[in-house]
Amino acid sequence: MSGVRLLVGTRKGAFVMTSDGTRERWDVTGPHFGGWEIYHLKGSPADPNRLYASQSSSWFGQVIQRSSDGGKTWETVGNKFVYDGPTGTHLWYDGTPHPWEFERVWHLEPSLTDPDTVYAGVEDAALFRSTDGGHTWQELPGLRTHGSARSWQPGAGGMCLHTILLDPSRPERIFTAISAAGVFRSDDAGKTWRPMNRGLKSDGIPDPNAEVGHCVHRIAMHRSRPSVLFMQKHWDVMRSDDAGESWREISGNLPTDFGFPIDVHAHEPDTIYVVPIKSDSEHYVPDAKLRVYRSRTGGHEWEPLTKGLPQRDCYVNVLRDAMAVDSLDPCGVYFGTTGGQVYVSADAGDSWAPVVSVEVHTLP
Amino acid sequence: MIVRVVLPAHLRTLAHVDGEVKLDVEGIATSRAVLDVLEACYPMLRGTIRDHVTQQRRAFVRFFACEQDLSHEPPDAPLPDAVATGAEPFLVVGAMAGG
Repeated sequence: MSGVRLLVGTRKGAFVMTSDGTRERWDVTGPHFGGWEIYHLKGSPADPNRLYASQSSSWFGQVIQRSSDGGKTWETVGNKFVYDGPTGTHLWYDGTPHPWEFERVWHLEPSLTDPDTVYAGVEDAALFRSTDGGHTWQELPGLRTHGSARSWQPGAGGMCLHTILLDPSRPERIFTAISAAGVFRSDDAGKTWRPMNRGLKSDGIPDPNAEVGHCVHRIAMHRSRPSVLFMQKHWDVMRSDDAGESWREISGNLPTDFGFPIDVHAHEPDTIYVVPIKSDSEHYVPDAKLRVYRSRTGGHEWEPLTKGLPQRDCYVNVLRDAMAVDSLDPCGVYFGTTGGQVYVSADAGDSWAPVVSVEVHTLP
Repeated sequence: MIVRVVLPAHLRTLAHVDGEVKLDVEGIATSRAVLDVLEACYPMLRGTIRDHVTQQRRAFVRFFACEQDLSHEPPDAPLPDAVATGAEPFLVVGAMAGG
């Protein structure tokens, strides 16, 4: 029988959860790296036993861990992230110029074809790549030196590059998303970049056609249809059918369109999931009910998924990387809350069950 | 000379060591010299105590020895004789924080 491995990053360490195809009983190992914040964990599509983890601490900085046996053992690899060339400045919260400073790795995206190649999205926003399994890292400076970069400004969580999507049909195409600059696309393997934010409307930006400055929270694609992108923005759930060239709103009948995660069903490219929360300043689910919303129509029409989820006295949030799907049939859907629960659905969201209680930070 | 170094728990875990680390430091024992040898012996500690490029001590890390806070001493200042002779350890300390 097929199995599934779920990687859970929390502020208290990392957990590896495994189950058979029924996804009813789970073995949980961890915490790995106890006491460290795990900003991201991700396995290589080319070698599922090759995992990468971003381990961070206010005291001791950034550490990158690598596993070659599915998370049973780990080794420390390179943590030297040095911007390539003069760093220049971006805007600080108060609008003054502020030099680029490396803070941490928010996202690790292994290559679709090579287990030793992995991309890292960092704060302050930049894209790095390793081609030796994480031992050394080189910046792809074209993004950070884009002409608009001096006007980028951090979101509340810092100026982080939090999403990296690799196009399976065009190896030279990479999408990134930065809070609070927006979406950028490269069609030459990361050398040059273009902002991809046309159609995004953000109340906090006076220019309705602003090229950058949008607080994109996450973007997602289905690998069979990489020109279609789905976005959870600060407010608004959005969709692009032209690889980011233009966006249109698909919030439809959602109770609120503020949230962080968005993901796509493994086998149905038009089935998407979000977890709305009340507002930008009220980071908890509306009406004290934990509801995942699913659209089977690529947006606009959403249904609440509640079976097995708390429907009273619940005040949690689900952060941007804390949702994932598996590739089994029926598709499994997973999410972790800021309250510390990991929920699993083995039937594409129709019903849910809690698996473990930890403080979930990231869930690739 | 052998310099004894006490690491905070998280860095001991990272370096896969228990208890004190004993380092063979040549020449004058300074914090820079001690950390150079420490990082050479335990490369996974690079970047966790001081910055990779600037070599500046991370903000929430402190250096103590002989009941003194040496965190703000120049990195090339000689450490106390008791540290240089191994009578007293050089302590790398995670700053107290957390509430």
